[in-house]
Amino acid sequence: MTDKIRQILKDHGRLSKDAMSLEEGADLYQAGMTSHASVNVMLALEGEFEIEFPDHMLKRSVFESIQAMRGAIEELTKGA
Amino acid sequence: MNMEVGIDLVQVSRVEASLARFGERFLRRVFTDTEIAYATSAPTRTAERLAARFAAKEAAIKALDLADRQVGIGWRQIEVAREQSGKCRLILHGAARDAAADAGVAELSVSLTHEGDYSAAVVLAVRADRKPSKNVEETTGA
Repeated sequence: MTDKIRQILKDHGRLSKDAMSLEEGADLYQAGMTSHASVNVMLALEGEFEIEFPDHMLKRSVFESIQAMRGAIEELTKGA
Repeated sequence: MNMEVGIDLVQVSRVEASLARFGERFLRRVFTDTEIAYATSAPTRTAERLAARFAAKEAAIKALDLADRQVGIGWRQIEVAREQSGKCRLILHGAARDAAADAGVAELSVSLTHEGDYSAAVVLAVRADRKPSKNVEETTGA
């Protein structure tokens, strides 16, 4: 899952750092991800993992790191 | 009375790219039916209008200080409405409306602009001395 998240960040995150080697806990907004880029990342994650982020999960903390995104995806795919 | 301001700048070509890549899903997750209807009513200006509206939503999140409060806010909960005169105003829905009310925001004002490949928005949030009712949607009037 982490590799897929990294690839999506590489394709859509517009990061100033290499998404493939970024620390899992690194702050993606500090790494250059704009609000618009975060929408693209969210849509790409939804497509890749066949999920839909509900409104209450559309907050900075859910998309601020690879680790946080993985946790949110695991929560949404739990029991699927 | 005190005020908070938020600003955001969006590159129109990046919105075009999102439309090309994610299509209807991008539209429906981020914009309300009213916003989509207005933006798509002039096909050559759709991306520009969407970019300005996205900027307004992000500027509102900044003015309302929602990002740091870790409140989950859907982009569709912050809507740009356009009056016949061309003046735009913000309408808040759901959790965005509740968060604004909790923060004591009595009035919101928005201004949009375009230049070349960029659209920008500024949002001003005015907090009343006395905490208003939760129905910010009816009290903004901006």
